[in-house]
Order: sequence, then C-alpha cells, then structure tokens
Amino acid sequence: MSQAATQNQGAMATDAGLDVELRKVFKEFNREMAVQGIDLSIRRGEFFSILGPSGCGKTTTLRLIAGFELPSAGEVLIQNQSMNQVPPYRRPVNTVFQSYALFSHMTVWDNIAFGLRLKKQGKAAVQERVQEALKLVKMETFAHRYPAQLSGGQQQRVALARALVNRPTVLLLDEPLGALDLKLRKEMQMELSILHREVGLTFVMVTHDQEEAMSLSDRIAVMNHGKIEQIGSPKQIYDRPQTPFVADFIGDTNLFRGKVEGFHPAKLWVVTEHGLKMTAQPLESGKSAPVSGQVVLSIRPEKIRLSYRPSEGQVNCFEGRLKNVMYLGTHIHCVIELLSGDCVTIMQPNTVAKLPNADTPLYASWATEDCLALTV
Amino acid sequence: MSTQVPSSLVTQPDAHSDKESPRWLGPLVLLGPSGLWLGLLLVIPTLLIFELSLVPGIRPGDIVNPSGLDNYGLIFQPVYFRVIGRSLFFAFGTTFFALLLGFPVAYWIALIAPKQWRNLLLLSFVLPLWTSSLLRSYAWITILRPTGVLNSFLQLIGIPPLDLLNRSPAVLIGMSYSMLPYIVLVLYASLEKLDRRLLEAAADLGANPLQVFWKVTIPQSLPGIVAGALLVFITSLGDFVDPELLGGASSMTLARLIYNQFIGATQNWGFGSALSMILIFLVSLAIALLIKYGDRSQVV
Repeated sequence: MSQAATQNQGAMATDAGLDVELRKVFKEFNREMAVQGIDLSIRRGEFFSILGPSGCGKTTTLRLIAGFELPSAGEVLIQNQSMNQVPPYRRPVNTVFQSYALFSHMTVWDNIAFGLRLKKQGKAAVQERVQEALKLVKMETFAHRYPAQLSGGQQQRVALARALVNRPTVLLLDEPLGALDLKLRKEMQMELSILHREVGLTFVMVTHDQEEAMSLSDRIAVMNHGKIEQIGSPKQIYDRPQTPFVADFIGDTNLFRGKVEGFHPAKLWVVTEHGLKMTAQPLESGKSAPVSGQVVLSIRPEKIRLSYRPSEGQVNCFEGRLKNVMYLGTHIHCVIELLSGDCVTIMQPNTVAKLPNADTPLYASWATEDCLALTV
Repeated sequence: MSTQVPSSLVTQPDAHSDKESPRWLGPLVLLGPSGLWLGLLLVIPTLLIFELSLVPGIRPGDIVNPSGLDNYGLIFQPVYFRVIGRSLFFAFGTTFFALLLGFPVAYWIALIAPKQWRNLLLLSFVLPLWTSSLLRSYAWITILRPTGVLNSFLQLIGIPPLDLLNRSPAVLIGMSYSMLPYIVLVLYASLEKLDRRLLEAAADLGANPLQVFWKVTIPQSLPGIVAGALLVFITSLGDFVDPELLGGASSMTLARLIYNQFIGATQNWGFGSALSMILIFLVSLAIALLIKYGDRSQVV
C-alpha cells in the first residue's frame, strides 16, 4: 500500500491540478464556530483524509464540500469553480454516508441506478454501468435484494457503488467504515485502497481513526476545534508533528512542558517543569527559539531506550523505576516513573527475556533528534 | 404426526401444566375482557342485524321471521345504486382532499417547523376534536349558507356568491375538515420517522428538491399515507352527521338511508339491516386491504 502511495505522489507531481479548494472557510451554527477559517487544497487523484476527534468540525468540512452546508464566510471551489451558489444536486461530488443512507424502498440495483436515471442516461447505458459498479464492489449476485436483507459490509459496498457509478470528480467518504467490526474494517480498508487505485478519483475521507487515515491516505489534515492543525503525508504527520495536539493525537507520545534555556541552529536546551534538562530538535532547524521560550517536548514511546546503566554519550538520559507493564504480544508497553516524578511510556519490542522488578534502577534515554520541540 | 409416540411422552405436557397455572389462563386473562366486550357489543349485534336483513318489510313490533334475500335484491334498484355510488364518491373525495390538505401540514410540522413547536402545533390541529362533531357541522352551515360568512366576504370583494350548502361541495368540505386532524396525526407519525439522511443522499446523487420528494419522501412515507387514507375512507364512508346537516335532500348516502329505514319516515328494518350489512362489507374490504398492504410495507 505504501508503494502505491508513493506512486500516486509521483503521478501528482506531474499533474498538479486541484480538485477541491477551501479558502478561509468559516461555518457557524447557532453562534458556535464549527469550522474556523480552513484552507485546504486537495489534488486530483489524491486520497485525502480529514482526521480529528469528534466535534472537531471534520464532518462539517465534508458537508461544506458536498453542499449540505453553506459556508458562513469563505469559499469552496471544485475544479477551480466556486461552489458557494451551487446546490448539492448540481455538484460533481458524491458521498458515501456514515450509515450508508441506502434507500430502503429500492433494490440494490435501483439504489445504484438512482443517480444515472436522474441524469437521463439511456436504458442500455444504465444497465451497463450499474453492472460494472456491482462488479467493482463484488455484489453482482445481490442486485435484486433490498438493503434490509444485506449485512453491514454488504450495505457499505452498495453505498460505495451507488456513489462511484456516477463517476464524480470527487468521492466524499464520511466515516465510511465506522459501523463495521474490526476484522471487516481491515478488509474494507484494503478494498478501499485498491478501489482508489482502480478508479483513479479524488477521495476525501473523514475519520476519527488515526490508523485508518495513516494506512489509506496520501495526505492527512489533522483538525481540532474547527481548525486545521497540520496537513501532511502520514509520515510527516507522525514523524514531524507541528503541534502538541498532533503529536498526542496521532499515535502515543510523551509530552513535557518546558522553557528554552538556550539554542543552537540544530539544538535547543530545555528545562522541563520538573527540572529535567533535555536537548531537543527545533521544529525547523536553523530557526531561532520561540519568542515566549515556552515549548512542549514530544518523544515517541518506541524511540526511548531502556537500560540498567546510564548510556554513554546520551544527552537525554534519566533514572527511574518500572511502574507498570502491559503485555501487548508483539510489544511490551512499560511506564517508567522518573526520579523527577514524571512518567514516561515506553514501547519495547517483545525480545526482553525478563523484566526488572520495581526496585531496580533503570535508565530511559532518547536521542536529540527524537525529542521534538513544539511551540505551544 | 406420528401415531407411534410413546404415551408417556404425550402425557408429559399435561403433567407439567398441573404444577403451574394452565397454559390457556394467560391469554384468557389478557384477551377475555376485550373479547367479551367485542362479542356482546359487536359480534352478536352484527349477527342480529344479519338476521333482520333476511326478513322482508319488517317494521317495529313485527315478529322476526327470516325468509330470504329479498332485501338484498332491493338494493339493485338504480336509486339505491346511486346512493351507494354517492357514499363511495364522498368517501373517496374526502380521502383525496384530506390527504391534499393534510400532507403539507404534517410535512411542515414533522420536517420544517422548529422541534420545540411540534407538539404545540399538533395539539392545535387536534383541538377541533374536543368539540362535538354536530357543533362543527353547524359552524359550517353558518359559513356556507347563501347569506353566510363566506358569501358576505365574497360579496365584499366583488365575487358572485357561491351556492354550496345542501349540495355535494358542502358535504365534502365538512367531511374533509372533520377528517383533517386524524390524517395529520397519522401522516406526522410516519413523516417524523423519515430518515433525513436519505433526503441528503438523494440530493447528493443529483435529485432536485422535487425529485427528492417524489422518489424518496413519498415512497418512504407510503405506509403512513395508506394507513391515513384508509382511516379517513372507512370513517367517512359511515359518516352520518355531515351529509345529513350539510348535504340536503340531494345528498342521500348509505348512512342516511340506513337511518331513514330505522328511525325516519320509511321504517323498514329488514331493508335497513341489509344496507347495514353492505356498509359493513365495504368497510371490511377496506380494512382487509389495509392489513394486507400494512404487512407488505413491513417486509420491505
């Protein structure tokens, strides 16, 4: 899948067309700002995800693109055309709804043919394209069933076919896999990824599941409180988070609040609230320290090494005791309480034969480049 | 259906039910009271009417002596055919107008009006039911008569007066008005359950508001529309007050004819009973349709 992602990125470099653009978009509901000044550019053919906790405005953003909501301010463009005056039924987008929203009074076939028939396509053309769409989602044998007679996964496929059959410019997916159980979810993730490659359309997906967003997307926009925190590839988002929220929301991390004591083009010296002295990597090397001097340090649990002796030449090395262990099969999740009182979470591969007891002095250490200084 | 079941197996259920209360006791307790009520006040009277309908030309005080279907033969006279036809026309017309007026109202209350106003709005539509139907009909007389409220207003704005009272239009107006609260309640219950995401999904697939309405809203609320329409149809088929007070001599209906056979001038209980049986048959037919249609819509 990652190979496909890089291929897509290569393709995008040559075709820089934008399919969806949001310019300074605001949306207010009853004097509450659901979306606060969003700028987004989604490239043609891209699998783009909007990720965030519930209530962050991600679904509202999708509904603004679909046309179910109109922006209070700002502009929504699809293929460089302003959509502000265009009702949903005239927009070149189709949506896969969160709980599918299939028409219960129609068969699978009629559900899929709905959009084509409205566009006054000839009978033969409808026949051919519905058949093609059914084949795409492997539902040929279910054409004459009613939605109530299908399982959740099957309904999901029909919803996908119903949207894709219209060959929209952009396919919008609102938590498309949210209602499926874990195993089916993994299966559908794989299929969605293959489907995206096959049809070559722009996909915009809303999800609160970071793993789903990471595994499927070319790029991700992380949203919080109606604002975009960061836009980037899954790797950028995970390895180079721009804000403490992104670092915390994507994967696990250890966060320390601290004050900048000194800086060097590629290094920052920070003292944390509890007096730990750490050297950290500034957000962008070569840039000076933030004006306020306040930063949040983020260290990923899998970047921390654990040893019985203080490691030589390691700058960020602190003594502590084992407080809690969770056995996760492939990994072991440890919580170490440092002498300062701070707790750090560590992810160890399951290769350690025996875990130390709670009284053994342990040393947790991490490299400067794994200790990211984020501005508050 | 094997006859070779050991007797010990057959007697087992009986032995089991000895310890607990008998199996039929629960249904009897639950259904008994209403069954008694229905039996005494519906089934037996209906059978009595059926018996009466088999006696030709019976008057109050005569001995009941069933002798055949002569009364049913009378119905095949054109004059009575026209009465049945008119009753059906009023029932269909009322159903049509009640739907036409009630659907937009129910739609507006269920889907457009602010949530906190819905109960109040529904209440205001049910409010007329708190007054007597007789009173409501008299109110319509005041409005529709040649020198009534409506014609005074029409005169004021320079439109020639309308002659509505004691003719079919007055009956249809009165009956549609009486039925409106019922149909609004039934349609509201159906539309309120309508999944709005389906409306969005249809718009998303390219349906303009009118297409959304015809292709999604109407089919999705069809069970409610059918239930409401049949409720109105059945009730208005047997309506007596509105045709009697608003319809005049020309608007003879089944219900009025039956009234005349029992209490009015004609006094022919046998024929009146036969007409009653016809009315019961027509209403049962409509209910049978409702049950059949209701079941089908549940499967889908």
